[in-house]
Amino acid sequence: MDMSHATLNMAANDALKRRLKRRKRLDLVMRALSFAAAVFSLVILAIVLYRVVVQSIGWLNVAFLTGKLSMFPEKAGISGVILGSLLLMVIVIPVTLILGVATAVYLEEYSRRNALRSVVQTAIANLAGVPSVIFGLLGLTVFSRFFGLGSSILAGGLTLSLLVLPLVVVSSSEAIKAVPQFLRDASYALGATKWTTTWRVVLPTAMPGILTGNILALSRAIGETAPLVVLGIPALILRSPKSLLDDFTALPVQIYYWTLDTVLTPEYAHLAAATIIVLLVMMFVLNGAAIVIRRKFARRY
Amino acid sequence: MAIQNKPTGKQTQLRSQIWSRKVDRLMPFVFLAAATIPILTTFGIVATLLSDAWRFFAVVPLSEVFSTNLAPLRAEPSFGILPLINGTVLTSLIAMLVAIPVGLGTALYLSEFTSARVRKIIKPIIEVIAGVPTIVYGYFAYSFVTPLLIKLLPGLGAKNVLSPGLVMGVMIIPIVASLSEDAMNAVPGSLREGAYALGSTRFEVAGKVVMPAAMSGIIASFVLGISRAVGETMIVSIASGSSKRFSFDITQSMQTMTGYIVEFTSGDAASGTTGYYSLYAVGLLLFIFTLALNMASQAIKRRFRFRVG
Repeated sequence: MDMSHATLNMAANDALKRRLKRRKRLDLVMRALSFAAAVFSLVILAIVLYRVVVQSIGWLNVAFLTGKLSMFPEKAGISGVILGSLLLMVIVIPVTLILGVATAVYLEEYSRRNALRSVVQTAIANLAGVPSVIFGLLGLTVFSRFFGLGSSILAGGLTLSLLVLPLVVVSSSEAIKAVPQFLRDASYALGATKWTTTWRVVLPTAMPGILTGNILALSRAIGETAPLVVLGIPALILRSPKSLLDDFTALPVQIYYWTLDTVLTPEYAHLAAATIIVLLVMMFVLNGAAIVIRRKFARRY
Repeated sequence: MAIQNKPTGKQTQLRSQIWSRKVDRLMPFVFLAAATIPILTTFGIVATLLSDAWRFFAVVPLSEVFSTNLAPLRAEPSFGILPLINGTVLTSLIAMLVAIPVGLGTALYLSEFTSARVRKIIKPIIEVIAGVPTIVYGYFAYSFVTPLLIKLLPGLGAKNVLSPGLVMGVMIIPIVASLSEDAMNAVPGSLREGAYALGSTRFEVAGKVVMPAAMSGIIASFVLGISRAVGETMIVSIASGSSKRFSFDITQSMQTMTGYIVEFTSGDAASGTTGYYSLYAVGLLLFIFTLALNMASQAIKRRFRFRVG
């Protein structure tokens, strides 16, 4: 009687131990799997970068950076393409900064909690999710055809500005929201008007946050391809743009056409890779600037 | 005379006060005007898509639109949209087969299985992946992943659905990972501690307590990921080609809705032709799809947010 009770107990104990072992093993396996998942995307990122760098070796040099576009891969250079991307920024920076910050000021400082405010907020939330190619169609209809801007830098810049505007508004709103109320109260107590308070107190305090958001939006804008392709940016332009109303090509667009044309000329793959490096370096510099601004100038209250 | 005309200090002060009051009264309207731009943009998108899509639907009968025959450049063109929807669904499906398990695994690792120190290192790097321009992924899919896959699957075409689908999945991992992790982080620590006190392993806490509690946020992240996949343009334009056949063979070229828009605007469609208006019809459909997915994602998140905690 006693004996069988003990064996039963032991059997139960064994089963429990086995189960515990199984649970622990499952835990270990799942932890390993989740670690693998987290590392997976890092590995892919490394492969992408490695691949691009290897492909561009020997092709990314001073002649490539300063030369003009050409049909012949050995002669091709992207000075005009870089200029095109920089001129796009010349449009995107002021347009998004002014419109984005003004909208954020309206939302955070001037609007009451009324229907209009929530309509604006809903519009921004929805625009943020609209595919960029649709913004291309909007730009094609409104800027290129209706205003007759064609596939000029101005048309491209305005289209990209609308595309990244939601990002700028959201980040500027966050920055303005973070300005403590006592600063506004102090300004009012000195007799300042609402506008003076906004201009002299709120905006300067929020400026690091606003700039950080703006730079990140800019970095998104210079990497965008689809809207520009939809505007009908021509495949190969052999001249550099001289004014904002000229046709142009930008870094991502040039990468697109060179990648497509590797079927005809395999060396174009190297040109595309070298152009990707230039684009990534520009984005890296912008993101670095955003981090520096946030670290150096952001104050906490 | 000259001396009299010179304003006194007091007058200048008064004038600047009046000026400042005028500006103060004007500024709300300036800001309001700026704030209408997002509304106008939304309205502009809907209006352009609707008005030009309308001209398309006025000419092309619905029976043709919902057919599998897409041949916009033939002498007798046909505008069946089903091949494009099929291409979009298949690439998105492949992308989500990558993005959901890897993204969710990443979120679990960051939120449940690792220290704050490791998370601080890994999370920004994963966000870099989301910041890489999609054209770079397009290049990567076409010039690296496709040749690699051809070695494994000799029947694979130079343009195919599989390779851009997989790469698009990688692009979407950060979206799923970061939103799911936010949802898991929002689960109160007391729930975890309760489960640990009952002797649960980490995975049991993650799988039986944290994930069910964060389920609405996790599903919302999946839906948002699908929306990104549907709207993604450059990867599929480059790597999946422009075949307009209706098939389910993912080793061959297929066109997505976004790919159709890009192919056609890069010069093929003269303004005023049915082909040109077909762009807007496809654009309208794409807009409706992504808008519905985004709204669904927001609704899921909002609806179940307060169930736990």
